[in-house]
Amino acid sequence: MSFITRGFSGRSRDRDERLPPGQTLVSDFPVLSAGPTPEVDTADWEFTIRTEAGVHRWNWDEFMALKIDDVDTDIHCVTHWSKLGTNWRGVSLDTLFEDVETEQEYVMAHSYGGYTTNVPLDELLDGKAWVAFEFDGEPLDPEHGGPARLLVPHLYFWKSAKWVHGLVMMDQDEPGFWEQNGYHIHGDPWKEERYW
Amino acid sequence: MEHVDGNAIAGPLAEFFAFDVTTATGRCVGCGSIAELARAMVYRSGAGTVVRCSTCDTVLATLVESGDRAWIGLRGMSAIEVRRAPSAG
Ligand SMILES: [Zn+2]
Repeated sequence: MSFITRGFSGRSRDRDERLPPGQTLVSDFPVLSAGPTPEVDTADWEFTIRTEAGVHRWNWDEFMALKIDDVDTDIHCVTHWSKLGTNWRGVSLDTLFEDVETEQEYVMAHSYGGYTTNVPLDELLDGKAWVAFEFDGEPLDPEHGGPARLLVPHLYFWKSAKWVHGLVMMDQDEPGFWEQNGYHIHGDPWKEERYW
Repeated sequence: MEHVDGNAIAGPLAEFFAFDVTTATGRCVGCGSIAELARAMVYRSGAGTVVRCSTCDTVLATLVESGDRAWIGLRGMSAIEVRRAPSAG
């Protein structure tokens, strides 16, 4: 009767403590897109950080020459799935902001295709966020946001903007695309900040 | 000029929000084209539904649903024309 034992013991009692409230584990990687998948060739790709003082720019080769981190992290989607122990490679936002001087404390991430999402700057620094270009040892699929996406794993995954193109510093926190349309301005999965 | 509170639009908006989307037209704020909503391009994802202009790709509308809550955003349309029954007006 091992079949019955397994069925009764595994479920809610031993809930994985890495799983935020209201989340369910998945093993695949569901795709969430709000439009056509932008096809961005790395030869044309560019990443910028715009501050009150000017614009910092990297093309793909310059970007690849930066310090690259291996990142193992859990990700949590607002649509109630979580995936534990995902593996990424990317450039830390700490590295990207090394030579950036700014008094502005908020960031709007802009993507190829027009999508935006807002994150406070202090939630992107100190090892909390990356611009990732590899998932599970493979170049990031366009479907999953390649050539590069933002990776902010401590917030719901819609904040990890696919096809990221640049960051624009802001004086005040302003809502991005989904945040204007029902989703929470902050998006902490441990506080279940899903909607307004 | 005096104003009244939002209860005053309950009647007109009830009629408006009961409109038949397949015959309604909207004006895109991106390119100015006026087209039937039924001809727009609709993208569904887990996060929500995005309606885009078939001429210029501008996001016309968004729908987010979660259990007993739903959000409708009409960010990309300056106006929507709905068809009324012939007797009205
Ligand atoms: Zn248009």
